[in-house]
Amino acid sequence: METTEKSTLKGGEFLIRESDSASVFIPEEWNEEQRMIAQSAQDFLDAEVHPNLDRIDKMEPGLMHSLLTKAGELGLMGVSVPEEYGGFGKDFNTSMLVAEVAGAGFSFAVALSAHTGIGTLPILYYGNEAQKQKYIPKLTTGEWKAAYCLTEPSSGSDANSGKTRAKLSADGKHYVINGQKMWITNGGFADVYTVFAKIDDDENLSAFIVERNFPGLSLNEEEKKMGIKGSSTVQVFFNDCEVPVENLLSERQNGFKIAVNILNIGRIKLAAAAIGGCKQCISTAVNYANEREQFGRSISKYGAIRHKLAEMAIRTFASETATYRIGQNIDDAFDALVAGGMEPSKAKLKSVEQFAVECAMLKVHGSETLDYVVDEGVQVYGGMGYSAEAPMDRAYRDARINRIFEGTNEINRMLTVDMMLKRAMKGELDLMGPATAVAAELMSIPDFGDQDDSPFAAEKRTIANFKKAVLMVAGAAVQKLMMTLAKEQEILMNIADMMIELYVSESVILRAEKISHKFGDAEAALKTDMAKVYLNDAADRIHIAGKNALNAFTEGDEQRMMLMGLRRFTKVAPLNTKELRQRIALKMIEENKYCF
Amino acid sequence: MKILVCISQVPDTTSKIAFTDNNTRFNEDKVQFIVNPYDEWYALVRALELKESLGGTVTIITVGPLAVEPIIRKALAIGADDAVRIDMDPQDAFSTAKSIADYARGKGFELILAGKETIDFNGSEVGGMIAGLLDLPFISLASKLDISNGSAVAEIDIEGGVEVTTSPLPCVISAAKGMAEARIPNMRGIMAARTKNIEVISSDVAPLVQVKAFTLPAPKSAVKLIDPSNMDQLVELLHSEAKVI
Ligand SMILES: Cc1cc2nc3c(=O)[nH]c(=O)nc-3n(C[C@H](O)[C@H](O)[C@H](O)COP(=O)(O)OP(=O)(O)OC[C@H]3O[C@@H](n4cnc5c(N)ncnc54)[C@H](O)[C@@H]3O)c2cc1C
Repeated sequence: METTEKSTLKGGEFLIRESDSASVFIPEEWNEEQRMIAQSAQDFLDAEVHPNLDRIDKMEPGLMHSLLTKAGELGLMGVSVPEEYGGFGKDFNTSMLVAEVAGAGFSFAVALSAHTGIGTLPILYYGNEAQKQKYIPKLTTGEWKAAYCLTEPSSGSDANSGKTRAKLSADGKHYVINGQKMWITNGGFADVYTVFAKIDDDENLSAFIVERNFPGLSLNEEEKKMGIKGSSTVQVFFNDCEVPVENLLSERQNGFKIAVNILNIGRIKLAAAAIGGCKQCISTAVNYANEREQFGRSISKYGAIRHKLAEMAIRTFASETATYRIGQNIDDAFDALVAGGMEPSKAKLKSVEQFAVECAMLKVHGSETLDYVVDEGVQVYGGMGYSAEAPMDRAYRDARINRIFEGTNEINRMLTVDMMLKRAMKGELDLMGPATAVAAELMSIPDFGDQDDSPFAAEKRTIANFKKAVLMVAGAAVQKLMMTLAKEQEILMNIADMMIELYVSESVILRAEKISHKFGDAEAALKTDMAKVYLNDAADRIHIAGKNALNAFTEGDEQRMMLMGLRRFTKVAPLNTKELRQRIALKMIEENKYCF
Repeated sequence: MKILVCISQVPDTTSKIAFTDNNTRFNEDKVQFIVNPYDEWYALVRALELKESLGGTVTIITVGPLAVEPIIRKALAIGADDAVRIDMDPQDAFSTAKSIADYARGKGFELILAGKETIDFNGSEVGGMIAGLLDLPFISLASKLDISNGSAVAEIDIEGGVEVTTSPLPCVISAAKGMAEARIPNMRGIMAARTKNIEVISSDVAPLVQVKAFTLPAPKSAVKLIDPSNMDQLVELLHSEAKVI
């Protein structure tokens, strides 16, 4: 063990350092107050949202607006907003837990998270005192609703390329904004919009706080969407829209940075919300599998269905584990920065920025886990899965957006690798040392002697090997391709996939170990099964991604050696995953829900 | 108005029911506990509404060991001002009611509310016993409650109608569905709950009831569906299989 102190891992360091299970947060450790907050959010969903899903999706006038108002009255919009602005000052992970619970709320989930995340946070973290005093209390109570206007018809992933322009008025009192924003969540009823625009011919965006009734702001019709049909999404037009100069947010040309940093938070929150969607979908599927009979028995008795239920749960459990591990890392980093004298809103941004790599990774993993889960949910339902009057239809359609917004998953995969390499280049993260050590190890004879056979030791060796696999492939790619690597997107995607699988499997093994230490083996048994199956399958996923990357830029002896190394680093002992999945599924079938 | 609300911890409705100690105790292992819905949704919330319109305080009281404090904090989060926990394992309705009555005597409560029953043992006894022990009027199963001119006015759903009963204060009333609407604890309430006082007192009232054994009801057997056109088969099965005719 390297250290006895709590979580000393910095962002990105998971790739080169081991973590100690005592230092990671696991959801089994939610305290009574956090559970009570989560229960209130759940009660709210049960009472106000779930009985009204059809009405919400039909966009009944005023309904979403009133639901958001009620959520605000309950305090769900201010969980981690500081108390001086009318919030409740809870830590980041508690707000993630609320995001998870709300994540089972379909369109409502999107409306709430857009309000509390991209809607409120730019002002909370970048506003000056007067701006915060003016807007945050109203946004926290839900009296006002918020939206975020970054995307434009011709500027999506390439967010800094927007055409919207701001000009200072002749009397110097206003910025006059002209342009068009698109896909604006909550746009139809928001009172406050954070709008990104370039001042004059600036290279970078600036951000402005725009109130709905400022002259020159107008809205288009609601978009007709594949899913989240109850969530308001509109185009917003600015025709000589007059914004008082004091509504410039932060400094001129700081907008892109604001956009990026707010999205970091949005990404990890999206991962939390996806977990909520997954758990609900699994419970629905388990219940249906128990009720539906074919060939004289309920379909939950069939291995093919059990496999699905178990795998849905395993991926959800794994994603959940990694998500809250990051949440805690962010909380710990925040506490350390504040203890060091940093101003809290700066510290919050800094702490999230430190873990931006992990946030991007989990945005991808969470949204893809959700899509896997809803897809299998439809399959468990069979023909009823395809019925627009049964629950899987909405789940399936509504899940899909998560791979697109808050940065598409392609953009997030590329960011994952790009940010990691930039840190290495800046000397913040020593990747080259460990990568060189791995390269040297490739030439040596593997040492199989004297292996620790205590619980989880084998799994931890596997994790250490996964790290070597990633370092080997990424290190070789950097060395061979140098500057052109940034353009080799397929390889970047492969490396990102390897990193994601490594991070999530490490997290889930640490969780199982911590549960067994803290709560005993009986408590840990099924969760350990889940961790082991995840690890087993992650090995193959890492292997495939690594192989595809290596085959794209190596050849000859070097290629053979690296492929052999990759095989060695992704080798796992044979595991009867069928038996483990049966156990996992049986437990859910017995409880008639997702129960981990 | 000074109000006392009796609350009880019960297993969540989805809990698996099993017994230990030679079938004399409910097995609490892995059971999720909640505030008894009749106590929480109706008695407590109505008490809070009365306090909001008339002023006063709402104190909650429960009989139970330290382990029940989460449900006390839940009730405090919903809005009760303070709480009393009688540190005793509640064995029967009498020892529970007597402990509560002993505490409440002489404290000046003008209204004592309880749920009409708990959803685990469904005894429906505690409220009435408290009234008896304190020599106070008792209205059971009230689905509506108002205070008017210094008396309690309660409505009770009866077969085909509603009975309206009034009682002078102080009195004890047991709450049924309809008296109020469930409240979800808000963030402010949840955070305030931590700082509210829980007074812990002891009691040495002995139970009168001794549990000999619990047994689970026999599992429901499978249902046989018979075609309506096949009356003879139905009669035959009722005779030979169900043995009811
Ligand atoms: C329902 C909904 C709600 C939304 N809410 C908001 C909101 O509230 N506020 C807001 O500002 N925006 C919002 N958006 C916009 C959203 O963030 C963008 O749609 C998203 O960033 C993608 O941009 P785009 O649609 O222009 O796609 P494009 O950028 O055109 O992408 C098309 C495809 O090309 C890929 N691609 C793009 N660039 C590259 C590259 N360099 N390398 C490789 N692949 C690339 C993408 O991954 C994607 O697969 C919302 C969108 C939707 C659909």
